[in-house]
Order: sequence, then C-alpha cells, then structure tokens
Amino acid sequence: MRDVAIIGAGETKYGEHWDKSLRDLAVEAGLKALEDAGICAEDIQAIFGGNMSAGSFVGQDHVGALIADFAGLAEHKIPAMRIESACASGAAALHTGYMAVASGMYDIVLVGGVEKMTDLPGDMVTDILAGAADREWEVFLGATFPSLAAMMARRYMYEYGMTREQMALFPVIAHKHGAMNPDAHFQREITVDDVLNAPMVADPLTLMNCSPVSDGAAAVVLAPAEIAKKYTDSPIKILASTYANEYISLHSRKSLTESLSTIEAGRKAYKMAKKEPKDIDLAEIHDAFSIIAIEGLEGLGFAKKGEAAKLAEEGQLYYDGNLPYNPSGGLKAKGHPVGATGVGQVVEIVKQLRNEAGKRQVENARVGMAHNVGGTMTSSIVHILEVM
Amino acid sequence: MVVPRFWRERRYRYSLIGTRCPVCGTVYFPPRSVCPKCGRKSMGKMEEVQLSGKGKVYSYTIVHQNVLGFKYQKPYVMAIIETPEGPKITGQIVDVDPEEVHIGMPVHAVFRRIAEDGNSGIIQYGYKFVPDENP
Repeated sequence: MRDVAIIGAGETKYGEHWDKSLRDLAVEAGLKALEDAGICAEDIQAIFGGNMSAGSFVGQDHVGALIADFAGLAEHKIPAMRIESACASGAAALHTGYMAVASGMYDIVLVGGVEKMTDLPGDMVTDILAGAADREWEVFLGATFPSLAAMMARRYMYEYGMTREQMALFPVIAHKHGAMNPDAHFQREITVDDVLNAPMVADPLTLMNCSPVSDGAAAVVLAPAEIAKKYTDSPIKILASTYANEYISLHSRKSLTESLSTIEAGRKAYKMAKKEPKDIDLAEIHDAFSIIAIEGLEGLGFAKKGEAAKLAEEGQLYYDGNLPYNPSGGLKAKGHPVGATGVGQVVEIVKQLRNEAGKRQVENARVGMAHNVGGTMTSSIVHILEVM
Repeated sequence: MVVPRFWRERRYRYSLIGTRCPVCGTVYFPPRSVCPKCGRKSMGKMEEVQLSGKGKVYSYTIVHQNVLGFKYQKPYVMAIIETPEGPKITGQIVDVDPEEVHIGMPVHAVFRRIAEDGNSGIIQYGYKFVPDENP
C-alpha cells in the first residue's frame, strides 16, 4: 500500500438550496476541489461519490455517472460510482477512494459527497432517513431516526445520570462554532435554554438536539503522497482510514450506551496512524444527535464511559479548548446533507490543518480526526489526517 | 406498497416467532438464518421458537414527529422491550399514559393495527405492548 494525500478540497455552503439541484451542488463542490488542487477535470482517473438516497430524495439514481457527465467528463469515460453507507456514505466514499489510490490502481481520484434533501416535506424526509435503520423490525413498528437516538439517550441518562442540561451543551458548542463558519447552515449561537425549550421531537431530544435537513456537497482530490507536493505546497496526508460495522438494529445490541463500531474503527485508526487520543489536535465528531456525539467521544477514547458531558462542562470542546470538537459547527450547525457530511468533515480538517479556517481556526493544528457514522452508530468510519 | 412485503413476515409478526441457535442456545428476534456467534456451525440448523410476549421496558421515547402512516397516533410511545427469552424487541407501548412509562416497567405483547399505507393501501398488523398487570 502507498501513502495517500489530499491535494485539494472544496464544498458548497450547506443549507436550503432551493435554486440548486443535486447535480449543481455536486459539480460546484467538485470543481472547487479541482481548482484548489490546481488540476483539470480530465486529470481525474476515477470518481467515488458518497450519496445516501438521491433515488428517494429526488428520484435520481446512477448518481456517479450523472455527476461525471455534468462535470464535463463524459468523453473521458472514467469510472464514477456512488458509494452508500447511510449517513456515513461520504466517509465510505473516502475510504473507497483511499483504497483505490493506496492500492496503486489509480493516482488522481476525486472523492465527493452530495445530498439534496429539501425538495420533499419533512415526514417524507424522516421516512427516507429511517431507511438507515431496520425497515421491517424497527421502522415498521413506528420508529424514526430521532426516536431511536432518543432511546439511546434515555438509556444513557438512566445508566450514567446525565441530565438534559448537560446534553444541551453539545448543540450549544456546535452553534458557537457554526456562527464562525460562513458555509454553515446555521450561523447563530444558541443557549442551553434554547435547546431545552425547543419543540420536543422524541423525548428527551428536542429539535435542537437533532441535526437539520440540509442540501450540500463536498469534495476532495486524492493523490499518492509521494507526488502530492507536485500539486500543492500544503498536502494533507491520510494517516488512517478505517471502517467498522455492528448490528443494524439497536435492539440487537447488548448495550445502547456504547458504540462497538466506533470503538473498533477508532482502535484500528489509532493503530494505523500510530497515534493516541492525546495526539489529536481537533476532531470532527458525528453529532447527528447529541447522544451520538457523546458516545462517539467516549468510543474514540476522548472521555471515559459516561463522562463525555464533563468535557463539555469544562469547556474543553470549544475550538480554543483542549479538544477542539466540531470547529466547523458539526452536523448540528454546519448542517447534515447526509451523503456529503463525511467528506465535508474532512474538508474542514484540511482547512484547519492548512491554517485556512478563519475565525474558528484551531491554533497549531497538525493532526485531525473525522468520525462519520451511519445509522444508529451501526457503521463508523474514522479518518486521521496530518500535515505533511 | 404491495401486499407480499407484509404478508411474508406475518407469521413472525403475528405470533412473535423468532429463532434459536441449537449450538449456543441464543434466541433471536426477528428470526435469523445464521447465528452471529456460531456462524457456519449454525447454518441450516436454526430452530423456530415462539416468544412468550412478556418483557420489561429497556428504553423508550415519546414520538412527537409527523411520521408517515402514524400521523394520527402521535404522540406515541416507542420502546425497546427486554424479553425473558433473551432478545430485545422494538415496538410501541399503548393503552398507557405516556408519562407513566418507565425503564423496568413490565409489559406484554398484544396483536394490533400498526399503520396504514395511505387511503387506498393495505392496513398493516403486528405487535404492540401494553402494561402487564400480572408480570
């Protein structure tokens, strides 16, 4: 296997893009990444695109071919395929692209992620997202994604005594960072009371414990690390790309308060990167729901079981704290266009490691981690990146 | 949605039939054709087993969203029920004040209408849970 580096990164603003289609968003992000890498579309040898459900959201499948075509590559006949792992589709695409370059099969690969979610009413979006759970034995009975996350949260509060006030700190931190990110879906700060008093979605989770429905796209360009400096002065090396799965249904798991897939993907990633949690300068943690970020932080070794809320209470998770968490605003404030999210997390880390993150810049950032989750933490994908 | 999707699961859903691995004895619901613990050794040998329908609340939530097929039921209680046979089951708890539901509460399964597929689609049936007065 060869070392792999990111030589370009780009993304659209996340939010409600009523004037932009699935292809508009994907092409915009892809071209930004190419421009950033200083290459042309015809330099790309393969495209891997993360997308959860364009077939349901906008009736469009065969997304890889569509995006390659509208990126101007139809005459170049390169392979372009959609990679799907629910809300972890973006990171799954990056994992695939990483393998493609590391193996030596391709040199220059574009990894993208896109989701166009706001063309449908809320109840239909909820139903499509529920497809990331077990349709026949969870969703059929009335479970939705927020309600599954709520049952994780309820059990966690029961086992560890966490309060709703403590859980509310996670969206508060995310919004503080989102307010400094001009590409974030929500660019305003919120308070603990805003979280507690927001409409209840699935008790104990209010609307403010849940990430929004967003449109957006993100892309990175990969190259073998040995030639990366030919393209850019500031390539970012991918030290680890790991992926673990567990039971798809919550009810099949022994515990609702720890994510075995995150623990496994994290363990493998630290080993692959030869790093420990204390070496991570910033982390983009999957916070589709506050409880998922909490179990993510614990599973990745940043806090002991039951103690992630302490990190938040002590202020360690702010961008200027000991463990800068979701400086982008995270899924909660930056937004969660599901197929784009995992790539977007990595775009943020690239910006941070290049010292290009503006107001939310983490000082002296050299090593970053991205944690992207599919389903109720069924799939976990971890990337560790480092300045070269 | 067409009928076969619901029809093919009816035995398991109507009668709470799961499977037991004859190698390690673990009971699964919904049914599985391979035991995740025993793998190949269990293939072709999984045995059907009917659950008692008894259980206790392991976790729960009160759903306030608009959910397709469940719009007229909200707010409703979703729960994960721990059964004495081993498997946990996801289902609604009904015939109860949502505020009274708590972790550890004894419940038992009942046969109920689950959801409707619009005005012209089929009505779907399966299990829900109610408080158990004689646990």
